[in-house]
Amino acid sequence: MFFDSDLLMSALRALTPILLAALGGALCERAGVFNIGLEGMMLLGCFTAVTTSWFTGSPWLGVLAAALAAAAYSLILAVGAVTLRGDAVVLGIAMNLLAVGLTSFLLRTVFGVQGTFDDPSLAGLPLIGGLSPLAYLAWVAVGVAALALSRHVWGLRLRGVGEAPDAAATLGVSPAKYRYAAVLASGVLCGLAGAQLALGNVTLFSENMTAGRGWIAVVAVMLGRALPLGVLLAALLFGLAEAAGFRLQGLGLPQQATDAAPYVVTLGALFLTTARRRRRTGRRTSTSRTSTDRSGAAA
Amino acid sequence: MNRIPRDRVTAALRSPVAFSVLAGVLIGALFLVGTGADPLAAYGAVLTGSLGADGIGATLSTGTSVLGLALALAIPLRAGLINLGGDGQLVLGGITAAVTGLYSPFPAPLTVGLALLAGMAAGAAYAALAALCENRLGVPLLVSSLLLSYPAVSLASYLARYPLKEPGSSLPQTRRLPEGVALPAFGESTVTVGLLLVVLAAVAYWFTDRRTALGYEIRMTGLNPRFAAYAGVERTGLTLRLMAVSGALAGLVGAIGVLSFPYRFLDGSLTAPGYTWTGLTAALLAAAAPIGTLLASFFFAVLQVGGLSMERTTEVPRELTQVLQAIVIVFLAARLRFPTRRRKRAQRPSPRKNNQEPSSQGEFV
Repeated sequence: MFFDSDLLMSALRALTPILLAALGGALCERAGVFNIGLEGMMLLGCFTAVTTSWFTGSPWLGVLAAALAAAAYSLILAVGAVTLRGDAVVLGIAMNLLAVGLTSFLLRTVFGVQGTFDDPSLAGLPLIGGLSPLAYLAWVAVGVAALALSRHVWGLRLRGVGEAPDAAATLGVSPAKYRYAAVLASGVLCGLAGAQLALGNVTLFSENMTAGRGWIAVVAVMLGRALPLGVLLAALLFGLAEAAGFRLQGLGLPQQATDAAPYVVTLGALFLTTARRRRRTGRRTSTSRTSTDRSGAAA
Repeated sequence: MNRIPRDRVTAALRSPVAFSVLAGVLIGALFLVGTGADPLAAYGAVLTGSLGADGIGATLSTGTSVLGLALALAIPLRAGLINLGGDGQLVLGGITAAVTGLYSPFPAPLTVGLALLAGMAAGAAYAALAALCENRLGVPLLVSSLLLSYPAVSLASYLARYPLKEPGSSLPQTRRLPEGVALPAFGESTVTVGLLLVVLAAVAYWFTDRRTALGYEIRMTGLNPRFAAYAGVERTGLTLRLMAVSGALAGLVGAIGVLSFPYRFLDGSLTAPGYTWTGLTAALLAAAAPIGTLLASFFFAVLQVGGLSMERTTEVPRELTQVLQAIVIVFLAARLRFPTRRRKRAQRPSPRKNNQEPSSQGEFV
């Protein structure tokens, strides 16, 4: 049987980090900040989670520290893009690079190892029904984000700030405050995503262990049109692709084919949805999507 | 350009580029102090290790790849397009050149030329695919180029591990290219004619940028895409052409890598040094200006090679140089600059990317 409960469980495990990071990305998108630094924030979260868990012996402190560290890291984007009106895309790329360098550098200075830090005494997160508590938290976060964005005054203001910052400012809603909040929230969520990856899915840290998941999260934001439920579906698609890839590898397909599978599936889904969206809205907006997001952040 | 006016020099010193590099170096020094190393000794080791007699060869051969990819990413960046798929285009160029070199029936010198061309064609075709994704399907180039990169790297890795693997070897690599199928090297060094090829590409880019209508169109698109469209620049065609050139250059770097020591495609050897990201960093630092890209590439090649000797002599991990690169770009992207410039820039920054400062638009030397 190819589709069974094992496959579903492994899909759910694979989707959790993507989902958490993509929710953060969706909040930023809604507030008008294009955040492609998700990968870097996640990676920093992975490293902080592992380091803290190893030194304190508590994976929970690791989770907390990861959330705080990634939030602090996200301030680079908040200050750079919102206050100084720098380019969010370039900042995001630089943050991803910085995180790779910084975590590799710290891995060698703190643990004196290169590549992977893996220790039997490193405490991982407990599993409840086969999933870490953060996996459940991710699902709760989808619900909270969906309700907040559609019902709560904060969510409505956040959307207002993203869609018409000048109008929001006229009404006394400070776009900068809401954008800072969105970026910091994305930092917290990416930190949790990193903790899940390093202490939930596995219990180790290795260089560049996010391996493009932050980018997949960026795509999930686009696929899901920055709606929490849409993002959930997109993350589910990725989780299934990754889980199916592992399964196929067990059936003898070379590892390289299954490594590439999630990216190919994501691209395919992106083609299908954007093509359909374009047909519906005419050939108007789609190519300028990132540039409008960027100008939104700079305005 | 014989006489450089004084105010241009001060403007360059006050430019965000100088500020960012200085900030990177200072923050790097803090890291060094934090790890208990002597910053002066460490930076000294970077310079002597990369520019000294033992290191200059390595710097120039690393610089070949860094400059090639920096140009590959700078050319579309000049028009405001970010190509993040350098890794994929690079390895496809490399594996195609390796296949051409191994199976070409022609004499060795002709085969070298063919392998270079084949590598460029493969890179160009793959980058053009990303451009088509944006033009036809509406997937932003940033995302399509990056996502396409992963399957390409996986494919090349598969080919080097299974169908093309050298029989009996424990390494994931193809067979060695036949005798003579290699780029000529300078003396005993690892620096090959590839360096000349990428410098030629830089000169061609400089000429196009400065002296031709196409270069003007590209810059105009980068500065203000709407105005450029209004003035009759056809954006989709420009995207396709720029991406093809970009991919061709990345593919060329891959082919040069295969046609130089160790004269074969070794899985991971093209992507592991991170040329794509270093190249992108250099292109961003120079705001994609031709001469600036050349200088920034050399600067980062010095950092990368010097980092290794710093690791040997002071035991500071070489990853520090990667941190330095990223810090430079963080500061640059945030448009920090020396305070005296700030009052002059009261007008709103335009949303497109490579228009930081007039001084960093052209060559900032």
